[in-house]
Amino acid sequence: MSFVEYGDTIKDGDTAIVFLGHESMFPVKVQHGTVTQTKYGVIRHSTNLIGKKYGSKVTCSKGGWVFILHPTPELWTMNLPHRTQILYSTDISIITMMLELKPGSIVCESGTGSGSLSHALIRTVAPTGHLYTVEFHQQRAEKARQEFREHGVEHLVTVTNQDVCKNGFGVSNIADAVFLDIPSPWEAIGHAKSALKAEGGRICSFSPCIEQVQRTCLAMEEYGFTEINTLEILLRVYNVRTISLQIPDLGKAAEDNSSSGFDSSNPSQQSSPCANLQQGTVQFKSGVPLREVVGHTGYLTFATKS
Amino acid sequence: RKIIFEKQWFYLDNAIGHIYGTTFEVTNGGNLQPKQEVEEATTETKEAGTDNRNIVDDGKSQKLTHDDIKALKDKGIKGQEIVQQLIENSTTFRDKTEFAQDKYIKKKKKKYEAIITIVKPSTRILSTMYYAREPGKINHLRYDTLAQMLTLGNIHAGTKMIVMETCAGLVLGAVMERMGGYGSIIQMYPGGGPVRAATSCFGFPKAFFDNLHEFPLSKVQSLLCGTFSAEPEEIPLLEEESNGLSEEKQQETEEEPAAETTMEMNPAEEQDTMDIGAEEVEFKENKEKENKENVREKQIKQWERRKKLKEAAALLREKNADGLIVASKFHPTPLLLSLLEFVAPSRPFVVYCQYKEPLLDCYTKLRERGGVINLKLSESWLRNYQVLPDRSHPKLTMSGGGGYLLSGITVILEQGRNPEVLKVEEPSSKRCKLQDLPC
Repeated sequence: MSFVEYGDTIKDGDTAIVFLGHESMFPVKVQHGTVTQTKYGVIRHSTNLIGKKYGSKVTCSKGGWVFILHPTPELWTMNLPHRTQILYSTDISIITMMLELKPGSIVCESGTGSGSLSHALIRTVAPTGHLYTVEFHQQRAEKARQEFREHGVEHLVTVTNQDVCKNGFGVSNIADAVFLDIPSPWEAIGHAKSALKAEGGRICSFSPCIEQVQRTCLAMEEYGFTEINTLEILLRVYNVRTISLQIPDLGKAAEDNSSSGFDSSNPSQQSSPCANLQQGTVQFKSGVPLREVVGHTGYLTFATKS
Repeated sequence: RKIIFEKQWFYLDNAIGHIYGTTFEVTNGGNLQPKQEVEEATTETKEAGTDNRNIVDDGKSQKLTHDDIKALKDKGIKGQEIVQQLIENSTTFRDKTEFAQDKYIKKKKKKYEAIITIVKPSTRILSTMYYAREPGKINHLRYDTLAQMLTLGNIHAGTKMIVMETCAGLVLGAVMERMGGYGSIIQMYPGGGPVRAATSCFGFPKAFFDNLHEFPLSKVQSLLCGTFSAEPEEIPLLEEESNGLSEEKQQETEEEPAAETTMEMNPAEEQDTMDIGAEEVEFKENKEKENKENVREKQIKQWERRKKLKEAAALLREKNADGLIVASKFHPTPLLLSLLEFVAPSRPFVVYCQYKEPLLDCYTKLRERGGVINLKLSESWLRNYQVLPDRSHPKLTMSGGGGYLLSGITVILEQGRNPEVLKVEEPSSKRCKLQDLPC
């Protein structure tokens, strides 16, 4: 296993994702002789995990079962131990594309935070690219280093413990892209510019507040960045449900055509034979938005150095 | 070669040798001249009104007539000077607020100052461009949705991906960019051959195509049943493929002007021209069927094609692909139910559809089939902002129109599902009960 390379079987020392069902999962470090408790019972690593294929169903002691999944940056994002507020996959995906990242890209990032974005960046720039990430909080920097080691990606990343606004990224003229997720990104724009390659590159800054965005945009303009563009991306997730609505009684004699007319218009009805049994209702499949969704994460400001 | 873009025509010869991101000005002869940073004429904005209470729209504020402007243009005067003239001859300009003056100048500049920036092709540029210019060709796949697909699919170097798309090869190109030539891609195609008009815009090096395979969708069933063979269908195959080529060629000529006029395609990109050149040769060879000298060459080509087909079939037969990406005009359910067979367990898959309903159906069918978890139906919204001092606000909302995604992860499919599985996997046990009760 590695976050940048798929493996078939679970090995000692791997990080695996235990999938309990319906959005409930957690990461586990596979070790000989260790056990993990779940609500379905105990998982014994030596016998239940090591040597098994990723994607297997594992039966726990109480007869319940879980699936063991290969780690990916996306699964990690959903399960990592939070040390800070993190970026989620929706923002990460647009950042990756808009920064034009690909294998071989050199990226600078600050701050490292919980490493949610870092894992995704490393995955994309591997095997020939590199991530230079700067975190001013010493403990977080150390923890990130340790995680990168455990996940088999340490050769692709350099963690520096310093203040990016004061000391920059510790590299100059080598980056294809810079990403900033700090409280005062406008103070780091100059450093970002000098970290980027002489022939140009892309920059992105993530800020929750519009005032931060304004100051950042001004700073970007001042430093000669072009193509400055601010956007926001939101994810809407839908639950797939079979809904049945009652037909109101308008005093009409029950006409057969009315209900069968609805049914024939919906081909999926064939799979649910109970549609007609409950008289006076119409069943249909719907994508229902979740009751509560993320309304705002942050503004993403992109620009080009050329 | 003459290129037309936004009602301007020009030659690209002068652009060669400049770095990407250079801005050019179009001159009268259609030549390009690099444009330097211009000092903004700041003297003009000194005088400004505070509000528009006294500004009346009488249609007479501009003292220059249409003919005057045309005359200026014909004289070949620089666009910048025309804008200056327009400002000087506008009676209301001085009464406008500073912001309105700014806006006025920007609008006029856009119209009279023809400047063009030449940039390097990338997924960002091409997907934005296709969505703006030819959304129909890519099934209205918005660029942020494409970005989601690449992330949800965990596309990276060294993987073995299956891609089924009818998005002019844009999705394929995006996947190729993310894989950087490492690993392999098997493109499933409908009809006679894969369409790669957008793919060729990326200007990938030749090496990227070494591990790009293609396999006809119409042979998937026989491959799954084990009755597939490349040999006996020699004759129909031949016809199909030659048809496909001409079809492909047609597509390409259709797309080409569009791609070029958008200026994102660089002429210096030698790979591009090479690819097109190679295909042209191929095409011609097909045309000259009667020519006996070419018959042998054709046979070699056929043989090579068959060999590639066999290779692709062998890759699929291993059933250990690292992911599946579907973005097509077809109903996704049958595609997914068949193609998922080729994917290894614990791998992501992503299906794009312009409409939500087919994905609802697909969701239900996948649940019935089993072997998948973490199914998620989603849509992304994108909002652009104008950020200027004291004038920040959202630009335009793009809800809907960007399409929907169904994603999930494969797991080992068990023989004979027990009822227990149903209970836990269904998100709402209520629904099962409802469906189970009457049956």
